Amino acid sequence: MPVQVRIPPMLREATGGARTVEGHGSTVGAVLLDIDRQHPGFRERLFSEDGELRRFVNVYVNDEDIRYLAQLDTPVRDGDTVSILPAVAGGGRHV
Amino acid sequence: MVVVYVPTSLRRLTGGQARVEAEGDTLAALLEDLERRFPGFRQALVAEDGALHRFVNVYINQQEVDDVGIATPLSQGDEVAFIPAIAGGAQPFTETQVQRYSRHLILPEIGGRGQRKLLNAKVLCIGAGGLGSPAAIYLAAAGVGTLGIVDFDKVDLTNLHRQILHGHKDIGRHKLDSARDRLADVNPDVKVVPHPTALTSENALEIIGQYDIVVNGSDNFPTRYLVNDACVLLKKPLVDGSIFKFDGQATVFMPGHGCYRCLFPAPPPPGAVPSCAEGGVLGVLPGIIGCIQAVETIKLILGIGEPLVGRLLLFDALAMEFREVKLRRDPECPVCGDNPTITELIDYVEFCGLPRERALIG
Repeated sequence: MPVQVRIPPMLREATGGARTVEGHGSTVGAVLLDIDRQHPGFRERLFSEDGELRRFVNVYVNDEDIRYLAQLDTPVRDGDTVSILPAVAGGGRHV
Repeated sequence: MVVVYVPTSLRRLTGGQARVEAEGDTLAALLEDLERRFPGFRQALVAEDGALHRFVNVYINQQEVDDVGIATPLSQGDEVAFIPAIAGGAQPFTETQVQRYSRHLILPEIGGRGQRKLLNAKVLCIGAGGLGSPAAIYLAAAGVGTLGIVDFDKVDLTNLHRQILHGHKDIGRHKLDSARDRLADVNPDVKVVPHPTALTSENALEIIGQYDIVVNGSDNFPTRYLVNDACVLLKKPLVDGSIFKFDGQATVFMPGHGCYRCLFPAPPPPGAVPSCAEGGVLGVLPGIIGCIQAVETIKLILGIGEPLVGRLLLFDALAMEFREVKLRRDPECPVCGDNPTITELIDYVEFCGLPRERALIG
């Protein structure tokens, strides 16, 4: 089932500049794997080596944080929007 | 005969008298008589449509009259007081203030009551940079009475494409000096309190403790976590904003309703997230987010509208799109959760994994 995945600015070089990518899968995890299939290397930006989502990145299904749903097993439906949101701080020199 | 209490701001019309006598069997008639005896009196109290200005409170025999109409009847011997400000020992507005804030005063949601709240409010801006600039300018324009600003930086040419508090003539000056001058010009009613220091675990509680609301315009992760924790510990609302390239985020962390750590429990490792200097930023972007922060701050002060509590506003300038995601308090949050493990400020540089010499906070 196709969902729209919103790619944050920081990850767009991994998707060839695309802001939204259509993904297929019945859970958030499956959808993100599908994005990685379409854009190899995408997964590495989001996940650490142990397979967990990096802690400074949040993922939402529509407007709900998956941490409060079923994490990567959160089911998604046709037409849902999956948003990836990393922490940003702006800044002049250091972060 | 009716006795009229004259507010301070109108005593120049009555030869300094605080109490005068006039005739009228309704407020309308009384005001006309007062205008005859003391030209200008009625004009100061009555709007163009013939109704009393919304910021004028009327007391008849020491009782406040709500929804007072100009046709309200009066009896012989009544005492009428026109008070163009809210009580509580506050000074009435000056003529200049009535003009300056006139567009606020005539809004039912603000009025004299709200304007008095703004003038009594104390807001702290963390940073006089991209976000702090528009926020500080609009908060000053709105009449926020005390505006503290924390910044220890000097104005640089690279700042000017977004940091609208500062101009070309300010290059090389301390940002706080530039801010103080600019804000005094925006609104001399505002007391600007400079805090020319880096915010640290040693001074954050003492500085933040002096204010009612904190507006976050910080540009690095250690300061974000420091400000957040201090606001949670001190139970201060935190109006948060952040930006990157063409995207911005804004929210309001209200005590008891989640905090920055609920949203991002851990910062990115150093180097994982580029700064604006490394990645670039659209100059006007912090203008939008900083203005949103000013709106939210004003709403909190006035107690109107629906603030961004429990809501993270996401702004995409390229698509001109606003979206929202829900923010929750995490019951396991180490600082605002059910069993907090962080009960005092920590070493944020260490927390963010930065080598000490690269840090902007001490």
